[in-house]
Amino acid sequence: MSQKITIDPITRLEGHGKVDIFLDDAGNVERAYLQIPELRGFEKFAEGRPVEDMPQITSRICGVCPTAHHMAASKAVDAVFHVEPSVPGRKIRDLVYSIFFVEDHALHFYYLGGPDFIVGPTAPKAERNILGVLGKVGLEIGKEVIGLRRQLRELIALAGGKVIHPVLGLPGGVAKALTKEDQAKFIAAADHAVEFAEFTLKIFHDIVLKNPDYVAWITNDINTHATYYMGQVDAKNRVNFYDGQIRVVAPDGKEFLKFPAADFHQHVAEQVEPWSYIKFCYLRAVGWKGFTDGADSGVYCVAPLARLNAADGMATPKAQAAYEEMYALLGGKPVHHTLANHWARLIELLYAAERMQELANDPDIIDPNVRTLPTATPTEGVGIVEAPRGTLVHYYATDADGLVTRANLIVATQNNAARIAMSVDKTARGVIKNGKVDDGILNMVEMAFRAYDPCHGCATHALPGQMPLRLAIYNAAGVQIDEIRRDG
Amino acid sequence: MSDTPAFEPRIVAFFCNWCTYTAADLAGTARLTYAPNVRVVRIMCSGRLDPQFVVTALRQGADGVLIGGCHPGDCHYQEGNYKMLRRFHLLKRMLKQFGIDDQRVRLEWISASEGDKVQRVINEMVAQVRDLGPLALVGKPTPHPDASEKHAAA
Amino acid sequence: MTKPKVGFYWCASCGGCEEAVVDLHEAILDVVAAVDIVFWPCAMDFKRTDVEAMADGELAVCFINGAVRTSEQFEMVELLRRKAGVVIAFGACAQSGGIPGLANFTSKAAILANVYEDTRTTVNPHKTYPQATVQVPEGTLTLPVLDETVRALGQAIPVDYYLPGCPPPAKLIADAVGAILAGTLPAPGSVLAPNVGVCHECTRKETKPEKMLVTQFKRPHQVLIDPAQCLLAQGLVCLGPDTRSGCGAACPAGNMPCTGCLGALDQVRDFGAKALSGLASVLDAGEDAAIDAGLAGVPDPAGTFYRYSLPASELFAKLPE
Ligand code: SF4
Ligand code: SF4
Ligand code: SF4
Ligand code: FES
Repeated sequence: MSQKITIDPITRLEGHGKVDIFLDDAGNVERAYLQIPELRGFEKFAEGRPVEDMPQITSRICGVCPTAHHMAASKAVDAVFHVEPSVPGRKIRDLVYSIFFVEDHALHFYYLGGPDFIVGPTAPKAERNILGVLGKVGLEIGKEVIGLRRQLRELIALAGGKVIHPVLGLPGGVAKALTKEDQAKFIAAADHAVEFAEFTLKIFHDIVLKNPDYVAWITNDINTHATYYMGQVDAKNRVNFYDGQIRVVAPDGKEFLKFPAADFHQHVAEQVEPWSYIKFCYLRAVGWKGFTDGADSGVYCVAPLARLNAADGMATPKAQAAYEEMYALLGGKPVHHTLANHWARLIELLYAAERMQELANDPDIIDPNVRTLPTATPTEGVGIVEAPRGTLVHYYATDADGLVTRANLIVATQNNAARIAMSVDKTARGVIKNGKVDDGILNMVEMAFRAYDPCHGCATHALPGQMPLRLAIYNAAGVQIDEIRRDG
Repeated sequence: MSDTPAFEPRIVAFFCNWCTYTAADLAGTARLTYAPNVRVVRIMCSGRLDPQFVVTALRQGADGVLIGGCHPGDCHYQEGNYKMLRRFHLLKRMLKQFGIDDQRVRLEWISASEGDKVQRVINEMVAQVRDLGPLALVGKPTPHPDASEKHAAA
Repeated sequence: MTKPKVGFYWCASCGGCEEAVVDLHEAILDVVAAVDIVFWPCAMDFKRTDVEAMADGELAVCFINGAVRTSEQFEMVELLRRKAGVVIAFGACAQSGGIPGLANFTSKAAILANVYEDTRTTVNPHKTYPQATVQVPEGTLTLPVLDETVRALGQAIPVDYYLPGCPPPAKLIADAVGAILAGTLPAPGSVLAPNVGVCHECTRKETKPEKMLVTQFKRPHQVLIDPAQCLLAQGLVCLGPDTRSGCGAACPAGNMPCTGCLGALDQVRDFGAKALSGLASVLDAGEDAAIDAGLAGVPDPAGTFYRYSLPASELFAKLPE
């Protein structure tokens, strides 16, 4: 070994995740490791707590996507209490969840992932941020983004008491009914959201798809992994964030597994590696073959692109058209190009907005029957939702009083951990040659995992995942000889 | 260490002024001797006992806490002792979750005339807590160990 | 006038406290205009060496959120303490340990065993555990070491002010920033929120009876909750009376009881014991059996009353293994 490069989020200081890249004597990559350096143990200290409190307790796994944990836990407690939520209760949850998706996906595009494309992957780092995006698309749009975010978050708080760590979910439905006046606000916001989503897709078209360099980069083999894909689908195999069955397609795109939430643990297992606190998920039916892709490796992928790959389409018309367009342009299903996640995310943004519109206009959401009281003795149950960053699984078992005796949480980024590690490794190999490392190259490595929008907060059951990076290059003696930094 | 002196528990007693405290006085004048391990704190009514006092006493080194109040119906403030009883039930359950044995916190109704009961209860409790041994409350978080000290995360 | 330098930093945090700052929405631009934000890891780049290069006290104010859980976090907050004139513990985790502080009911060893061996999706025949230092074929990798216990910020370094809540409500954040800029911060040690209970801000307070009597506490999933009546009067475990206000009674507004995230009022030494006392006092039962039946709706008193403050509690537990 001649050099070790550490791509280290400045947040390393708090333990947010880092990448170590080892170079061989020629300065080429031997292996890149993605490490998650923290762990908080929610599964353990859930024990003894009342299970109906889990939606509020486990939302503290992540303040960036508290609503996802809140919903997965709410569905799990439905199952624990053997209660089917009332129709209005279920629809209000679904509505709130759609709003959350619009907000989160939009934020990701404009603030986190988008800058790489809109401003350009090798643009000066000082411009590769939200300000650079505004420079390209105009300040008015920036105000739109902030304004829409505010509008959506206020609605989540209206239904859920608080937006960060909402309180609506209870076994059998939600705590609070909505009024006619509330509904008008939801409808107005939904119309706004649909327009905004369409507009955002248009920006993506104009700036990214019309630029052959970007398209070439998206489809470059460096950014490609043929793995299994997982996502939740409705009865017609269309993407569904809130409910449905879990479907897995093989690297060739054919359905490999389809199972209800309750069976999740029969199909997925977690591998422990001594160099990371995160565990790496794989499909039991294929087995753990290490950090490698192909049909013989149990590594699979979740999050927007995986969801689209695992489904047969979208449940809303505009999103369906966008879906078809993407696969037509990228050469059919499944798409293995990691960076296509950004496109897939915007298709989902549009879907979430259309779904929000549908639900906001549904008369059921102002029906006061928001909850079915559970009557059965609690036992155990699984709740699954698609979080923005992928399949999110909560499992609780309780005693007869409903106190948690066991918990098992598999968060989105854990599902993706192996593939993210592989992507970083492969991209690093592809772009770092003969020891030559500069900021643009570093950014390409970083883009490889930013495409997944990894939330290492969730992954460690600890911390959020916006990851500004620091790259340090060490010589053979372990002395730092150079350093490159970039903003998040 | 075989020759450590036998453990002598420290018990903090919160006694209602109108009944148990008077009874303890009576026990004294009647020369009913009881174990010297108890520090008595006089309160105006058992209902005035804030559970914060109990947890603070335990934190500050008490191995047990004894609470004495008027018999049901006899409280000078009518409901005070019932209030205490309800808190006591909940507090006991909570202390158990902290790994604190049931016998370390005790509530007794002792009227002004029951000096003998004061004697019996204290002697009993001291013996029980002596058997239990010192209350090993986990310390509040201590300063971080030397960060340079590298040891396995597990 | 030079702008005061301000820093934000996070320890073992869920990120919600950072989002809460972003939730100032447009108002954040005023803040940015008035102060010089020297670092904010979630939004800006900075290095530890940048902080080390500062003069002691150069940073006027540093907001720190999250609990202290690892060696790295502790080193960093010690450094920030030296550089900052004023340290503000931001949010419940920093103030009193927060929900991740519930880990102090158990031990680091038990958490690791649970995560790496016992969870039902884990397959780990060789009992592999993450290691502080590990040799891989290509070289050496390191991980930070987890502490035995979770600490509130004030248990790791001296803290000047507390901004309570999980996360702190936007209004309290804005008020605190205003007080910093106007130089009107109260006496050190203060909690930067009004010293009145959540009930004070609750729209249901008119329905809160003068003499509260509850015969049976109920868990929120067991009853259909009346959206207009005081939750405590309905028998729900609402900690509003003992919890500091500032959130606009957000949870009751969502038709759920307050779980106490803004923590204790000034005069209270131990939130859990105080909240327990308040709750038991309103129970209307005399006999042992009736009391126990009435309290059945509080099956996890320690986890309920210390939900956000276990590391800061007087009893500070770690359960016997
Ligand atoms: S106080 Fe609450 S919002 Fe803030 S970091 Fe802790 S858990 Fe998250
Ligand atoms: S509902 Fe809770 S916060 Fe509101 S008045 Fe009643 S006790 Fe107070
Ligand atoms: S109502 Fe209580 S738990 Fe809810 S935000 Fe306010 S203080 Fe926190
Ligand atoms: S006066 Fe003695 S218990 Fe109330």
